[in-house]
Amino acid sequence: MNQTASSAPRKILVLGATSGIAEATCRIWAAQGASLFLVARNAEKLAAVAQDLKARGASYVDTAVVDLDDTDQHPGLLAHAINSLTGLDIAYLAHGVLGDQVAAEQDFNTAAHILHTNFMAPVSLLTWLANFCEQRRSGTIAVLSSVAGDRGRKSNYVYGSSKAGLSAFLAGLRNRVDREGVTILTIKPGPTKTAMTAGMKGSEKFADVDTVAQSIVKAIEKRQDNLYVPFQWQPIMFVVRNIPERIFKKLNL
Amino acid sequence: MAETSDPTQNGTKASFESWGRYPSYRANIIPLHWQSDFPAVTEGLHNGILPVGLGRSYGDVGLLENGNLLVTTGMDRIISFDPETGLLTAEAGMSFAQILDFAVPRGFFLPVTPGTKYVTLGGAIANDIHGKNHHIAGTFGCHITQFELVRTDGTRILCSPTQNLEFYSATIGGLGLTGFISWATVQLKPIVSRKIDYEGIQFHGIDEFISLTEQSKDIEYTVSWVDCTSTGRNFCRGIFMQGDHSTKRDELKPSPKPRLIFPFDAPGFALNSLSVSLFNTLFFHKQFSKRVVALQDYEPFFYPLDKVLRWNRMYGKRGLLQFQYVIPWEHAREGTVAILKEVAKSGLASFLAVLKAFGDVPSPGMMSFPKPGITLCLDFPIKPGKSFPLCERLADMTLEFGGRLYPAKDAAMTAAQFQAFYPQWQQFARYRDPLLTSSFWERVTGNKPSL
Repeated sequence: MNQTASSAPRKILVLGATSGIAEATCRIWAAQGASLFLVARNAEKLAAVAQDLKARGASYVDTAVVDLDDTDQHPGLLAHAINSLTGLDIAYLAHGVLGDQVAAEQDFNTAAHILHTNFMAPVSLLTWLANFCEQRRSGTIAVLSSVAGDRGRKSNYVYGSSKAGLSAFLAGLRNRVDREGVTILTIKPGPTKTAMTAGMKGSEKFADVDTVAQSIVKAIEKRQDNLYVPFQWQPIMFVVRNIPERIFKKLNL
Repeated sequence: MAETSDPTQNGTKASFESWGRYPSYRANIIPLHWQSDFPAVTEGLHNGILPVGLGRSYGDVGLLENGNLLVTTGMDRIISFDPETGLLTAEAGMSFAQILDFAVPRGFFLPVTPGTKYVTLGGAIANDIHGKNHHIAGTFGCHITQFELVRTDGTRILCSPTQNLEFYSATIGGLGLTGFISWATVQLKPIVSRKIDYEGIQFHGIDEFISLTEQSKDIEYTVSWVDCTSTGRNFCRGIFMQGDHSTKRDELKPSPKPRLIFPFDAPGFALNSLSVSLFNTLFFHKQFSKRVVALQDYEPFFYPLDKVLRWNRMYGKRGLLQFQYVIPWEHAREGTVAILKEVAKSGLASFLAVLKAFGDVPSPGMMSFPKPGITLCLDFPIKPGKSFPLCERLADMTLEFGGRLYPAKDAAMTAAQFQAFYPQWQQFARYRDPLLTSSFWERVTGNKPSL
């Protein structure tokens, strides 16, 4: 276990704490004795996660049941969380929705919902969090984006574009706050075995969620800017990004 | 947070094979992640339902042909842990590997463990698993202080030795058929070291095995590997292995992750009587002296095969049949000799066989397998026209000697044999959830022609 972590428990805010990757990441932090403030929509699931993390060694766990789609609630929620944690070392944004691509192709409202959850809501949270951290000249904001944002594909371009927007927003934000001592980490997981992808075709070959979580914790320790996880996705996405459009549009991706 | 909401949308048709790789059936696979997923996910499901964990049962107790398998491994949360008493309450999908990762650094160990740590808490209860300490600790069910059983009609039943005793005893060893185990409380036991004080002793013949068993009554873990290919002078030779948790304080580090994966299906000819008897001879002589004493980590002591994930591929695509009996003391000696002779005579290769004496700690489970006597576990690579007739013969012999077979390791016994082994099955059937069933259950209750 990490020495610095055990000496002074870190204060971590987790938004979307019942998502598979977030839960796995929190287990590592809990074992290190971190203080956690967990936010999710479903009270029953959130309670199960909180109980588990307490048992695993988190030195403090508090929760709030909030639908993060409701951006009006963000300022109050974030102020309350930081108050409860008595500070903030890491903010971890892990909420998101895969959505139904087929339905979103037919219906703008479905597409708008995916974009709102995956892009607008994080932008609201990030604006508040970045300003807070910038003022304090410290803190790490780690955000789950996706490899799907690196290039629009016919099979999931609505989800992909929401993550593309998020990745671009994060890159810009990093450019703004980096010199103020604030770290912004963009995490791009490949397909991972979680509740979100359960039952998807080929899901048995997806990355193991605990391995993904370990890489995320390490990237935060090292104050990295970007993380492809598992690492093989970096060269894969380099190739995917650079396929000429003329060829790409003919591919069945 | 937002996530894909309706878990019933997640079902995918897939082939699901047992750990023995036989049989393999198509089923609708529905992953569960939360206790609250059940029984909601079962609404509108037809063709029967079976909760399953990590699929380490060898036969068809964890399979349901054309049915719905509810995979519980996403339910792996701790509900509470008392560091003073070692009482752990967790969701049923938590694996023994996860429990050890959590408990060992805190100075606790599983009260009973099988030869693999990749089983779930729920699966261990449903099969009322036993371990090398059966003669002292009894079955896993003896250490379950309470659990919650959820029926498909939504009824929640809190089961313990003092509450709903009939469902408590039907569910322990109840093959997952009485309902969905959502969480359970297990009494862990304290340890001060990862190490096991190990001793390995060569023996020749069943009598030496029995006398070693007598002498080691107070040693917590005992088990023997027996060479079941040799006849004549070497008949029933083996290595008696015993150990206790070391009492010398030592660092309680977590286990390293396994790295080796058996990479491919071995060709069918790889395991034949020659290669297996060669292996057995090598194994017997791996230990040069009659006695070996060592301080060993618990991982290789309890889980020698877990280091190689997917080791079952060694048996090739056709898979293997497991065969585990217990024969009560009255006939244990003659029964074991007769069965080992039959195996040696058949020339059907079995890798090292596992021999152990069960003690007399009663299990709370109505359908539990262990009872006082000798248990022997064999495996046979599947050879058409040969393995099944042999298993049927061995099962008949087991019956004659007053013994019975272990459902978790069976893919071959007939309905008549099962009903003779477990005459209480009809009483048990009254506690079965009407929507839950397994291919095993359908086979041995005669709903389907036996194989």
